[in-house]
Amino acid sequence: MDKDNTLTAQAIEAAAEAMTGAQMVIRALRDQGVTHIFGYPGGAVLPIYDALFKVEGLTHVLVRHEQGAVHAAEGYARSTGKPGVVLVTSGPGATNAVTGLTDALMDSIPLVMLSGQVPTHLIGTDAFQECDTVGITRPCTKHNWLVKDVNELSRVLHEAFEIATTGRPGPVVVDIPKDVQFQTGSYHGPQAIHHRTYRPRTDPDAAAIARAVEMMAAAERPVFYTGGGIVNSGPEASKLLRELVDLTGFPVTSTLMGLGAFPASRPEWLGMLGMHGTWEANHAMHDCDLMICLGARFDDRVTGLVKAFSPGSQKIHLDIDASQINKIVRVDLPIVADAAKALREMVRLWKARKKKTQDISPWWKQIDQWRTRKSLSFRNSATVIKPQYAIDRLYELTRHRKDVFITTEVGQHQMWAAQRFHFEEPNHWMTSGGLGTMGYGLPAAVGVQMAHPGALVVDIAGEASVQMTMQEMSTAVQYDLPIKIFILNNEYMGMVRQWQELLHGKRYSHSYSEALPDFVKMAEAFGCVGLRADKPAELDDKIREMIAVNRPVLFDCRVDPTENCYPMIPSGKAHNEMILSPDDGGEISDAGKMLV
Amino acid sequence: MHDTKVRLSDAVERHTLTVLVDNEAGVLARVVGLFSGRGYNIESLTVAEVDSAARTSRITIVTSGTPEVIEQIEHQLRRLVPTHKVTNWTSQKAGIEREMALVKVAGTGDRRVEALRMADAFRARPVDTTHSSFVFEITGAPSKIDSFVELMRPLGLVEISRTGVAAISRGPEAM
Repeated sequence: MDKDNTLTAQAIEAAAEAMTGAQMVIRALRDQGVTHIFGYPGGAVLPIYDALFKVEGLTHVLVRHEQGAVHAAEGYARSTGKPGVVLVTSGPGATNAVTGLTDALMDSIPLVMLSGQVPTHLIGTDAFQECDTVGITRPCTKHNWLVKDVNELSRVLHEAFEIATTGRPGPVVVDIPKDVQFQTGSYHGPQAIHHRTYRPRTDPDAAAIARAVEMMAAAERPVFYTGGGIVNSGPEASKLLRELVDLTGFPVTSTLMGLGAFPASRPEWLGMLGMHGTWEANHAMHDCDLMICLGARFDDRVTGLVKAFSPGSQKIHLDIDASQINKIVRVDLPIVADAAKALREMVRLWKARKKKTQDISPWWKQIDQWRTRKSLSFRNSATVIKPQYAIDRLYELTRHRKDVFITTEVGQHQMWAAQRFHFEEPNHWMTSGGLGTMGYGLPAAVGVQMAHPGALVVDIAGEASVQMTMQEMSTAVQYDLPIKIFILNNEYMGMVRQWQELLHGKRYSHSYSEALPDFVKMAEAFGCVGLRADKPAELDDKIREMIAVNRPVLFDCRVDPTENCYPMIPSGKAHNEMILSPDDGGEISDAGKMLV
Repeated sequence: MHDTKVRLSDAVERHTLTVLVDNEAGVLARVVGLFSGRGYNIESLTVAEVDSAARTSRITIVTSGTPEVIEQIEHQLRRLVPTHKVTNWTSQKAGIEREMALVKVAGTGDRRVEALRMADAFRARPVDTTHSSFVFEITGAPSKIDSFVELMRPLGLVEISRTGVAAISRGPEAM
């Protein structure tokens, strides 16, 4: 060890404080600026819960199921940009959290989950509530640790926060055996951390940015294809994206995860792209000569048939994660960097460039022609509530507010919400994109409301999804969280039903909910407010009532049970083969039926 | 401009990769889990600590896939938190690859004499000898071991234990 290192090591040792493992956990959370924990106690985390007892400035939210804790932490993280923190016990506490961890991994949400473990001497003996937590969570976390030495604990906890929040964000798990929680050791603060191997690359290659700006200036039919990476990079990236669009005048489309990074009210906005994206967004993607992908990953819901994906374009791909480059689609110019840093350089170089850019007005003329198809239109009804109408009304009646946060479950309602609820700012849209987790939205709303008291937090839900994590209504009541669960109740697992209609000869195998609860009574049983709307004419008043009441509300909005979600790129088809209605035909090939 | 989009060859290639990792608990499971979870092949894998002071281990993996899959594998390995460095010896064409095998052959008479003669030609060394069997130790490129094994097969091959490939760069530099 050289002299400097010795000195540093001495300084660190001098700064160390003696305390128990459980106290270290609380101290580390405080030192990391954590104010909220979502958790559920149990035998193997009792020492940590004891250390947490009546601690000031650290609010613990008691959920009703550990999956709910993780989704709540996700909602908290996505709406604040801060890491979400979860505390669970060993065994079932940890296994219940696995769906949430996988969800966070797929959508790059920064989470730190702390789990209790049986005492070290019992590990491997099939002890009560023992499971191999690090083994089980290894493939569904960015990284995880089992801490067997109390003197390692503070270092690991601070590393955990660093790894969860930097580079491509993601969930991490720190598994802490009960005896380690009781033992006394030395605590080190976060400043002492220098990871041995972890060095996420965030600065863009200058030559690549210069080349990108050159390609953009030469493009005749450019399109920005933006994703969750813009949101994850922080508000600065969204600001820079807007500035870059101001400068270039290029059209913008976004993935499901990126909604809000670019304001939906701006003329350059084409709407969401992909399987249920707009006609203009998908056709622009197909026909562009330059695709500028910013923080998205060419997901199968975006590309449709890969070999027919945007055949005539050059592609620029900006991603903080090098493994996303050339994973699905080969690109002409990769840029591995943080989105804000890369966008800042693009803006700077675009302003400094001398050469004239191409006239893209013919491209806009073409886009405006696609827009005339009005692909999101639907046939409304005076007698039955169309789900699209319900979302339109919810949007219209809340759009004057700046503090509206939307979470969703998964299915048709999610796609309708993505299409029709328009966002002006990032971090206001929380949805399970990659994993597609039914049951995400209700607990996520709990987390969002916890972080934003006074805001209007609405879970746009389906009656099937919402039953998966319904118990978190009880959490909302306990913490006075006036979340609104807006259920588009069509009595079907609507997206399953839609696929069965289109792909499986209308054989609706087990997609009808034959025994639904009375949601209004159920709301009352939980101590929430229950509302129901059956007719389009009563919808506005009921929505107003839902917003006005300062308590958690379960809104049973009875909608047309057989409405399908369009537009749609049928499985195995290209972007320019999308269908706008069932009359469009859209025969799905056998190869298409094999896809999910 | 369309040239760049033509997919690289669909031909499956065999590549030898070395991953230098922090020797922390579960690191091998991370690497192996990455391969099984993403459906990549492992033809052989060797792992051992190479620097106890620095707590680093060296994992050498022989894998196969299309050039795109190989590129993905390298990226995914680099993404693991405990990874220091990943080197692809096959695409760099700068590595030496060696494997060791223990090969047991049983037989008497002419077959026994022939086995010993072949072993000598391959510089395989008998490390256990009985009246009716040999265990040979052979070192070399995996293809050399394959050839030796094939020659032993009609001469009474009983079983083989192979170490998998170890690889290192030529010249004075570390990987």
